[in-house]
Amino acid sequence: MTKDFNIVIFGVGGQGQITLLQILAEAAILEGYDFKTSELHGLSQRGGSVEVHIRFGENIFSPLVSKGKGDLVLGLELQEALRGLYFANEKTNFLVNDYFVPILGTEFSREKTLQLLSQMKEKLILIEASKICQEKLGKDVLAGIYLVSLASFKKFIPLKPESILEAIKKIIPEKYLELNLKAFNLVKTI
Amino acid sequence: MEEYLLNKPGKKIIFLGNEAIVRGALESGVDFVSTYPGTPASEIGNIFFAIQNSKDRIPNFHFEYSTNEKVALEGAIGASFCGLESLAAMKHFGLNVCIEALIPAMYTGMKGTLVLIVADDSSCWSSAQSEQNSRAYSYLAHIPTLEPSDSQEAKDFTKLAFQISEKFKIPIMVRTTTRVAHQRMVVEISDLKLPIANLNKGQFIKDPQKWVTMPPRVLEMKKELLEKIEKIKEFSEKSPINSVNSQQSKVNSQLGIITSGISYLYVMEALKELNLQLPVLKIGFFYPLPEKKIQKFIQPLKEILIVEELEPYLEREIQRLAKDVNPKLKIIGKALIPEVGELKPEIVTLALAKFTNTKYQLPDAKSQIPIPKRFPRLCPGCPYWLVISAIEKAVNPKEVIFGGDIGCYMLFGRPPLKIQDYLSCMGSSIGIAHGIKKVSRQKLITFIGDSTFFHAGIPALINTVFNKSNPLIIILNNLTTAMTGHQPHPGNIIKIEEVVSACGVKNWKIIDPGNQAEFSKTVKEFLAKDEVSVIIARRPCIFVK
Repeated sequence: MTKDFNIVIFGVGGQGQITLLQILAEAAILEGYDFKTSELHGLSQRGGSVEVHIRFGENIFSPLVSKGKGDLVLGLELQEALRGLYFANEKTNFLVNDYFVPILGTEFSREKTLQLLSQMKEKLILIEASKICQEKLGKDVLAGIYLVSLASFKKFIPLKPESILEAIKKIIPEKYLELNLKAFNLVKTI
Repeated sequence: MEEYLLNKPGKKIIFLGNEAIVRGALESGVDFVSTYPGTPASEIGNIFFAIQNSKDRIPNFHFEYSTNEKVALEGAIGASFCGLESLAAMKHFGLNVCIEALIPAMYTGMKGTLVLIVADDSSCWSSAQSEQNSRAYSYLAHIPTLEPSDSQEAKDFTKLAFQISEKFKIPIMVRTTTRVAHQRMVVEISDLKLPIANLNKGQFIKDPQKWVTMPPRVLEMKKELLEKIEKIKEFSEKSPINSVNSQQSKVNSQLGIITSGISYLYVMEALKELNLQLPVLKIGFFYPLPEKKIQKFIQPLKEILIVEELEPYLEREIQRLAKDVNPKLKIIGKALIPEVGELKPEIVTLALAKFTNTKYQLPDAKSQIPIPKRFPRLCPGCPYWLVISAIEKAVNPKEVIFGGDIGCYMLFGRPPLKIQDYLSCMGSSIGIAHGIKKVSRQKLITFIGDSTFFHAGIPALINTVFNKSNPLIIILNNLTTAMTGHQPHPGNIIKIEEVVSACGVKNWKIIDPGNQAEFSKTVKEFLAKDEVSVIIARRPCIFVK
């Protein structure tokens, strides 16, 4: 990898964005990269929009990704993924959970959201991660782990699946580890 | 948890800025830590609290969640008066609350050490009332101030703050912002230095000349403080935390950059992006500034760009300093860098491109349409939903003024509820309600959380009794400090009803909002009273175990 790699993760508070950052950070270290993350804590987590950043590479200064400089936008919810367009360019991979949580008091529809996302053309990859995790594992909150694992297997992130796996083992508390490993393994089988 | 207490110098650990501050304090032998929770500073207290409630509990060490930030700082001052190493941590609004205690503490100085951690929240990610640049207090209080850029510096500068405090017997402020406090990176740790003093061996030695700030001594103390600051300025001049970036230092340029805090990281990123080499002076010691170092840096330059978030304090100082050494220097700061909201790397890159006349276009971001805001909401099952429901049954919300305060219930102001007609600072729902009720006949209900009530609501409540006004105050008694992460508060020991009663309030009731009929009936009944009335809405937060 010659240049820095920039990921921005969008979702609704409570979808585990900070855990995903920690896993990506650990995996980046395992592969010898420097990294920075930026995250939001506090009231912004309580069901509101949450946007978190991770950058890794040779020598990273800013914890925030610049406008139009995202290499991967990971959307854990469809409308939140739209906010990722700010960070997208022609080459940005747009990996999005096909999962819609209505925004209270608005009439922004799923169809309109999908139509706006379609400008990413073939770079848009829609995956029903929440649905898959709910059906197969009984927990839709595993969608994030599922998508990060998928991004690694499909080489949307220059971090090996083995590194992601090791990072999951390090970051996830023992109590939840088995479920998270199942989410990782679920990706392996597709 | 073990990473905070690991004694393996040289080991590299991933730390959040706030976690690094904790580690820095533990590497400095801190004895006494006090705080009031507030984002983006909360993790500092949470970690100390977790350590002290775990098997790794540190002996001879005191941690407390204080009633409010002023009391937290005063506690830390007292411990330092007795020769201990103390630290007080808070968000920026907390500094407003404790500024009255801080200024005289600068006059008296300390016997032990005192480090004050203040986390600003540029862009108000987790702050209601205002966007604040706490660096203004550095001047007001004459408190030496360090500004880290990342987690490694957060740890190192915290340690340095303890060292400076020890050397000069004076409180030191470490000021972070959200993007520093909540930035994660690899940090190299050093030796752990756990407290050696037995807390009970702290000793207050009587010396009114030293600890009593009263005229005529007080003006002598001010003079001594200013003399101390002059000495610290010499220290700042020599400190490596103010330095010209080594990679860039040999560049022969007529242009230069001065920056501090998080902005430094954006400057370095922008130079990389634009493929430029310019001398960069990074200021770690915001107050007192290394004036000679700055003058030496700007003396040969033609133009300088000052990159700092929020108000242009560095810019003003540099304008003053340039007069002596380089009056023709063109100083550009807020002309290119916004004063409102946090900086972003692209803002700095564009500013730097303009400053250097470099052709640069940001990549075309994809077409944007305004996407509706998704606001945080009260949790499903939150007892506050019941409070709202009972109030809506009792009154027409359009005919009542609703006073808001600081806590989860600020969300009453968001759709679909929109029940919040004014909101200011901690405790102000009651203070402002008093003024409104003294001059108008409108009905008024205020909401205040239990932790906020203890923090700043009690004097305001007493005022409504003493100066006779009749708002209806609803104390949302969910038994925790919910918004900042469920920290304990005095209500776990002191009964709110006894406080309310002792304040002279005659009309008060404790009601579980689950009891809708009684709650609604009481709201109606209390709104008709000529004296202040209080409903203690007692039902635990769903996260209270």
